[in-house]
Amino acid sequence: MDWKVVAANYPLLLKGLLTSLQLTFVAIAFSLPLGCLIAIGRLSHRTWLSRACTAFVNVLRSNPLILILFWFYFLIPLITGQSVNDLTSIIIAFVVFFSVYFAEIVRSGIQSVGNRQIQAGLSTGLTYAQTMRFIVLPQAIRAMMPALITQCIVVFQGTTVVYVIGYSELLHTTSMIAERTVRPVEMYLAVAAIYFVVCYSASLLARRFEKGRA
Amino acid sequence: MQYEFDWGMLLRSPYFGWIVEGVLTTFHLALLSWVLALTLGIVIGIFRVTNSRALRVIGTAYVELFRNIPLIVQLFLWLYVAPQLLPTETRLWWNRLDYVPYWTAVIGISFYTASRVAEQIRSAILAIPPGQFKAALSTGLTTTQTYRFVIVPYALRIILPALTSEFLTIFKNTALALTIGVVEITATTRKIEAWSFRGIEAYTVASLTYAATTILVVVFMSWLERRYYIPGLIRREREAA
Repeated sequence: MDWKVVAANYPLLLKGLLTSLQLTFVAIAFSLPLGCLIAIGRLSHRTWLSRACTAFVNVLRSNPLILILFWFYFLIPLITGQSVNDLTSIIIAFVVFFSVYFAEIVRSGIQSVGNRQIQAGLSTGLTYAQTMRFIVLPQAIRAMMPALITQCIVVFQGTTVVYVIGYSELLHTTSMIAERTVRPVEMYLAVAAIYFVVCYSASLLARRFEKGRA
Repeated sequence: MQYEFDWGMLLRSPYFGWIVEGVLTTFHLALLSWVLALTLGIVIGIFRVTNSRALRVIGTAYVELFRNIPLIVQLFLWLYVAPQLLPTETRLWWNRLDYVPYWTAVIGISFYTASRVAEQIRSAILAIPPGQFKAALSTGLTTTQTYRFVIVPYALRIILPALTSEFLTIFKNTALALTIGVVEITATTRKIEAWSFRGIEAYTVASLTYAATTILVVVFMSWLERRYYIPGLIRREREAA
């Protein structure tokens, strides 16, 4: 074992980690609001809307992320009629894919609040949107925090999937270094350690939220 | 959008043969990994709730380690790093095996999934009333027998719904095996797309494979849940279809 190779490539690894984190944040920033909309759609009284949202969720949930990535990688240039850069396809695929998982978390969070709160809100004269905004969501968000943080860890772990289309996030950067230096053992152990530290710290945070609620 | 569909190409040689092979690979990779993951997961899950401190530490370390490293990274570790730690003789034997990526994927996916199964088992065991445990011990069963005949069968029945979703997860996770060179259905359709530029047709095959399996598994498991539901417990509310 020769750990100098890891130290020597430290700046590249750091850059890769930052790219992974950026990708995670962008994916969450777009898929969480989209997930909220889908969740509200699923709970809607309009049958066509809730059916459409349910179908959307079920179709996407039954497919692996890597396949969704391939789908969008192929479809987006076809639909727009021009070549787009890798990052755009990746982000769209991630946002669409993870929005359904966020939608399920948000939906169960909203359902945990209970119908009576909505009835009470409506009877004080608030509109449905206001009831959602001021009564249901504040309680639901508190209930779903642990699951949301866990899902953010899943998104971060999911960024490794873009390795297959050669976008230079942390894992792809590592594999390039491993190939160039012919030191796969050290490089992959190091990158595993990095992922572990990030994910484990985040999971401790999720646990604190869980305890805070109990 | 201009695209001419040609669904017939899926039935032509060589694509049809590839698809059959890819679907089969996905299935036996998922099933084999699932059997191993379930076995290992039950053991680790029991470790996490035993009275022995050492076993609890091992169980917790296992779960945290395997849960917090992305599966692809774990697959790379099994492929590139693990063989280096073996004695030379064993390593040469391993490298001479046919389908090394396939066996690597089986090991990687089952070790990863075991950590998730273990967590489900742990919470199920914690949900079992302690009286059951005491009653079993007082009839003269040993601790091992108590787990084998009372606790684990009970726990498995409680977590059938959770196991359903874990199985669907392992099934989808087999797609990641393509990163280490296993040609399962996703890799197959990717290859077909590269050969024919018919991405929509090709990826539809993969998506339908996953969707159809999901439906079959859900139908089968809800039958199983009804069959093995523990009398007296609250039934899971049927999800609005």
